Amino acid sequence: MAYLSKSPWILHYDASSCNGCDIEILACLTPRYDVERFGIINTGNPKHADILVITGGVNEQNRSVIQNLYDQMPNPKVVVGVGICACTGGVFRECYNVAGGVGEILPVDVWVPGCAARPEQIIDGIVKALGILEQKRADMSRAEAGA
Amino acid sequence: MNTILTAVAFLILAPVIGILVTGVDRIITARMQGRVGPPVLQPLLDIAKLFEKEKVGVWQAPAVLIFLHLAFMVVTGLIFFGGGDLLLAIFALTLSEVFLVLAAFSTRSPYAHVGAGRELIQLIAVEPVIILTAVGFYMVTGSFAASDIMSFSGLPVILLPGIFISMVCILTFKLRKSPFDLSTSHHAHQELVKGVMTEFSGSTLGMVELAHLYETVILLGIIYLFFVGNPVLGVLAVVVVYLLEMLADNSTSRVKWLPALRGAWLITLILGGGNIIALSLL
Repeated sequence: MAYLSKSPWILHYDASSCNGCDIEILACLTPRYDVERFGIINTGNPKHADILVITGGVNEQNRSVIQNLYDQMPNPKVVVGVGICACTGGVFRECYNVAGGVGEILPVDVWVPGCAARPEQIIDGIVKALGILEQKRADMSRAEAGA
Repeated sequence: MNTILTAVAFLILAPVIGILVTGVDRIITARMQGRVGPPVLQPLLDIAKLFEKEKVGVWQAPAVLIFLHLAFMVVTGLIFFGGGDLLLAIFALTLSEVFLVLAAFSTRSPYAHVGAGRELIQLIAVEPVIILTAVGFYMVTGSFAASDIMSFSGLPVILLPGIFISMVCILTFKLRKSPFDLSTSHHAHQELVKGVMTEFSGSTLGMVELAHLYETVILLGIIYLFFVGNPVLGVLAVVVVYLLEMLADNSTSRVKWLPALRGAWLITLILGGGNIIALSLL
């Protein structure tokens, strides 16, 4: 059964965003968009999360933090990069302390470009991620049955 | 035979009722905040999902202790709804909570440890009222057996108003609702991340949620017991009390542990203790 896509819990991490995309993510929780309609909850705890949402580019200081958060999430899990900075580094790309987009260190499943990414776009990205999440779960149970 | 039927009915019906209660709770909470809210069966979807996730525990201790937490919560319900000794049910409930605390202490997370400490403080705040409730029921009906209390024809609440009010206040601790959601809250946005539950994931967290459903039903059962002579009034009282808890949850901010403990004990001492003294003088 597809319980996973009906109860996706999100972990939001601000890598080195300007806070524009973060505010848009929080806007998704407000009465106008209310993502809890779809069972989406912003958990703030990697051990409970299914989707890792990262805003902003990766800098040299938080490389290990992002990797650690990702490793703490139980499978199946997906990564969504929100905003152009998470995709490529954006306007901060050439900065001496910026490593680039999230794709530098994590296998990102869905990219949501934009500056800042609009709430509609973010919700659309999460919904796309749900399909991938289900796929990963099916792969996981198949691997378990095979082993 | 009847006891076995009640036991099976409780095992199956309690999670169903718990899911409906918490599902409606989440919708009404959302409406209070101007949102639409999730589907009614969202708690079921959440728990089912948690059992689909990977097991990531480093060692077995937390999962085993959480299983005991769930098991003793079920035992509490079986004793209570099976018509057993009220005191025994209360001790089983406490034991269940202690297993949750032990599970949190068996992890290496400082958040879980602080959460477990606060859970113990909550236990200290709550326990006197629950014991006084049992004593109050004994003084009114002359028996500690839940079956005898359930066949009582009058309304115990008329003689136990102080204990009833303290029980409603204490319910806020037990249902993990603001202003008394010290050890963990429904959303992990406090300074403790998710408090006692921080380190549990997947099926372990699913068992915690399941135990909470059983606990909710048991506590609402105790509220019903205050109106046992009149079933319609009893159900109405349970609904009104739960609505009040939701209102408190959405309109108050969390208090520190010391005011919470002092407040709980003050209410227990004045209302609960006063009630018992008045009863013994009658």
